[in-house]
Amino acid sequence: MTQSFRLESGGFINRDKKISFKFNGKNYFGYEGDTLASALIANGVHLIGRSFKYHRPRGFFGAGVDEPYAIVQLYRNGETEPNIKATEQELFEGLKAKSVNCWPSVNFDVGAINNFLKIFLPAGFYYKTFMWPKSFWYKIYEPFIRRAAGLGTASTKHDKERYEHKYEYCDLLITGSGPSGLASAYSAAKNGAKVILAEDKSRFGGTLLTSEVNIGNQSGKEWADSIISELKEMPNVTVKNRSQVFGYYDHNMLVMSERISDHLPKTKKFHPKQRLWYIRAKEVLISSGSIERPIVFGNNDTPGVMLSSAAKEYLKVYGVLVGKKPLVFTNNDSGYETAIEFKKNGIDPIILDTRKEPQSEIIEEAKNMNINIKNSYVVVAAQGYKKVKSADVAKISDNKEELGSIENIECDCICVSGFWTPTIHLASQSGNKTKFNEDIDAFVPGISKQNEKTLGAANGIYTLEETLKDSFEKGNLLSKKITNNENKISFPNVVEKKSTVHDKFWCVPLPKGKNYKRFLDFQNDVAVSDIEIALKEGYRSIEHVKRYTTLGMATDQGKTSNLNGLQLVSKIENKVVPAVGHTTFRPPYSPVSIGAIVGREVGKHSKPTRKSPMHSWHEKNNAVFVDAGVWLRPRYYKRGEENLFEASKREARNVRTNVGVCDVTTLGKIDIKGPDAAELLNRVYTNAWLKLPVGKARYGVMLREDGIVMDDGTTTRISENHYHMTTTTAQAANVLSHLEYYLQLVWPELNVNVVSTTEQWAGAAIAGPKSREVLKKLFPKSDVSNEGLPFMGYMEADLFGVKAKIFRISFSGELAYEVNVESDNGYFMWEKIIEAGEEFGIQPYGTEALSTLRIEMGHVAGSELDGRTIPYDNSLEGLLSKKKDFIGKRSLSRKAFAAEDRQKIVGVVPLDKKTSIPEGSHLVKDSNAPLPNPKLGYISASCWSVEYDNPFSLAILKDGKNMIGEKLFVMSPLKNKVIPVEIVSSHYVDPKGERVRS
Amino acid sequence: MLHIKCPHCGMRSQNEFSYGGDATVKRPELGKEISDQDWDNFVYNRKSLRGKHWELWQHLSGCRQWIKVQRDTATHEIFKTLKANEEIS
Ligand SMILES: [Zn+2]
Repeated sequence: MTQSFRLESGGFINRDKKISFKFNGKNYFGYEGDTLASALIANGVHLIGRSFKYHRPRGFFGAGVDEPYAIVQLYRNGETEPNIKATEQELFEGLKAKSVNCWPSVNFDVGAINNFLKIFLPAGFYYKTFMWPKSFWYKIYEPFIRRAAGLGTASTKHDKERYEHKYEYCDLLITGSGPSGLASAYSAAKNGAKVILAEDKSRFGGTLLTSEVNIGNQSGKEWADSIISELKEMPNVTVKNRSQVFGYYDHNMLVMSERISDHLPKTKKFHPKQRLWYIRAKEVLISSGSIERPIVFGNNDTPGVMLSSAAKEYLKVYGVLVGKKPLVFTNNDSGYETAIEFKKNGIDPIILDTRKEPQSEIIEEAKNMNINIKNSYVVVAAQGYKKVKSADVAKISDNKEELGSIENIECDCICVSGFWTPTIHLASQSGNKTKFNEDIDAFVPGISKQNEKTLGAANGIYTLEETLKDSFEKGNLLSKKITNNENKISFPNVVEKKSTVHDKFWCVPLPKGKNYKRFLDFQNDVAVSDIEIALKEGYRSIEHVKRYTTLGMATDQGKTSNLNGLQLVSKIENKVVPAVGHTTFRPPYSPVSIGAIVGREVGKHSKPTRKSPMHSWHEKNNAVFVDAGVWLRPRYYKRGEENLFEASKREARNVRTNVGVCDVTTLGKIDIKGPDAAELLNRVYTNAWLKLPVGKARYGVMLREDGIVMDDGTTTRISENHYHMTTTTAQAANVLSHLEYYLQLVWPELNVNVVSTTEQWAGAAIAGPKSREVLKKLFPKSDVSNEGLPFMGYMEADLFGVKAKIFRISFSGELAYEVNVESDNGYFMWEKIIEAGEEFGIQPYGTEALSTLRIEMGHVAGSELDGRTIPYDNSLEGLLSKKKDFIGKRSLSRKAFAAEDRQKIVGVVPLDKKTSIPEGSHLVKDSNAPLPNPKLGYISASCWSVEYDNPFSLAILKDGKNMIGEKLFVMSPLKNKVIPVEIVSSHYVDPKGERVRS
Repeated sequence: MLHIKCPHCGMRSQNEFSYGGDATVKRPELGKEISDQDWDNFVYNRKSLRGKHWELWQHLSGCRQWIKVQRDTATHEIFKTLKANEEIS
């Protein structure tokens, strides 16, 4: 296929390298350096999609990030990605892309019927149309909208690509490599400042690539190239292309997405696809330029209507003609530059200028080239459906309200220029109070909140000489302040053609009897009439008008539509534009891929995995693991064909009858040292701690100031001023912060140090009636008898040459010990325990059996200490000292906490002794009561009691104290279960606690 | 992301810190009688101020010190940071 719209020469593409690609199933080719858009236009393809609401044909409107139309589904290396702008996507070998928003095809689209129904789809149509009847929503409306709309399809596959995050600090971050970015970067770099220069596009230079200017006897592009190559050589400068600074956050932190591999057929080995940079800059220079804005006229969304600057860019950068019979419709001199470029390449354009008698160097040049110029002329409407075929034009009166007789001009594209809108997004995001500049009919940055300054066109400065002067100076001043170094640069000689003032005209009136759609927002199909309706319906705030009509809410964030929308509202409301105000700019400036935001934190990298030193033993012995916070813990050890239920029952039963061993390394451990350690514990825990002897452990409960239980655990007095505290696995970090808070801020007079030692110790709980026998074999030289090591006793002992700490504490309710050794010896300890326990029938047990054991003993854990219960609720009121004050004590006397019928922990057994009770079920008196059935309590934990061989649960029950023996119902609407139950004591097994002391 | 100057470690990013609430709240002395109202004020009642505010942060992934930070809750501007034992002036 020939590229009928490609010029014989020109542009910055590499004509030696052909690249083949596919669009909507058809093969095409382009050149290295093309975008998908430039290659398609070169091939004469102008129909690229359908619009969001009316499914009107869509072509290309811009040539870059501002593109509202040309959004495609991209296929690359076996992956697919939606919401890709064809104007930004660089061409690579084998690229495949498809239209979105059309079904079954872009040429024949069922949804286009909306176009003929448009009278029924006015502003707020989603709110109005899809509201009634309500029952239609899920089955009819939502699927309809989903099928008809959308900007492509997200892949459902795991993304194999790698994305990275990078943190960077710099003196100056400069966003954009146009004239202002280059000049400021250059002078700052010469002063020795650490500079990052970020360019969104693949080519550096911005408007210098397309403008006919001369800097220091070089063309704009030559000058840009020379500055860039010099900057690249400087060690204090980072120059990045394909890198968009999309967000300006607090304290001068900006985020930039670098597209490293998107332009390649496939990501190189060990390379990321994209990299997200978090940049903390001392100073930010915003050199993001400006975006041409359209003039609004009838059918201005027809493919072939595009920005005049885009037409010029396709010509000058890619050597591509957007049309062969161009009509240029302009209110300023920029349109002339585009027309001149056409003319230079042998194409005869016609210029329609809304101005009556404009005069400038550029206009003079166009006249000298014999370009047909019609003054005081406007395009009334574009004609043609899938591509512009002609334009209805007319003379317009001096007051811009009356149209003359309509003439029809044949053309294949309409290049529009309605003057320039500074790109103030980053400045606005930073908190800058923007102001309206009457001269250019647009907002420009005003008073800075953070360390940011805006340069050049982004600041409303549209002449090259002024831009360069200002930018050299700002770059110099800001960097000099930081580096105390100044290297003056001689200002180059600048040659540019002078232009004259623009016409404030922005919207062509409708001719009598015609009702053309005149679009403001091209991606969301918001027309002038929609805004008019919204205002008629009473919407006033521009933020409300925006949301009701969806103006500027598409993925292009209204880059080409916002100002014209404001102009319209201000005209109807008879207010000046600044009084209407613009809507808030929010990051990201342009869509960022989720992959880049997530970075490496996917799968196993999403959080750290903590493993105990015995982990590999568990693996070798068929442990099935469970996540406990970030820890991996054995849930059960699978034997043969056992399931979870069978295995955990076996393990728990073995603890009750023989002996079991459980890895308790994950328990939080805090080392507490200092002369006031006991006093700290006494204030933190609810019970008394001042008299705990050395070598003894004690169980303690700590509260928050609001009286809610925060955590529980045992603390052991190792020596006079040294304590070893244990916390639950889940609360370990919070308890440490809690202690630090009180020590540093509330009671700094206490001489105590705390430090986490969770990782320093490996722990094994040896539990069961035969546990002492195992201990004797492990520590033959130590007296571990009931007298030598009584319940809650502690001793240090020698484990075959390894130092060990033995705590006689029990979570299972059986005679039990916890042995700690330094982590590096954990595996050794574990093997020795298994070896010594073999003759006593020792079995490892996992968290499931651990739960069973503690539940039937009525020991509370995380499911009861859930941030909603006080000590009384957990039958821990016996641990509340009456003699001393402690954290949270005063709260316990609050009325609700002291109520007579306060909730309390109870045991629950099904009457049939068979039916398992789902956790989270509700307890009610009458299972047939009318809804809402009064809820008396909830099931906090359930198990199969191995002691009695029937189901058993713990519950937090209203007036639990007086409910023992009552018959109630457990209801689980989720599982559709109603179970008659009896309330029993929460201490189901060994209520007197004899076993632990045996 | 805020940039907070830890008085012990220097400028660090917000993700190293955790927020700890109003720094001007004083815990009532242990063992002292206190009315329900005063206790409730200590535990629950906070002014959600717009503007300059002294608050606590802990340099969790750094020196683990609790610090006092004077921040504008509307603009996020940070004016001053103090060590735990330094009085708010
Ligand atoms: Zn610190």
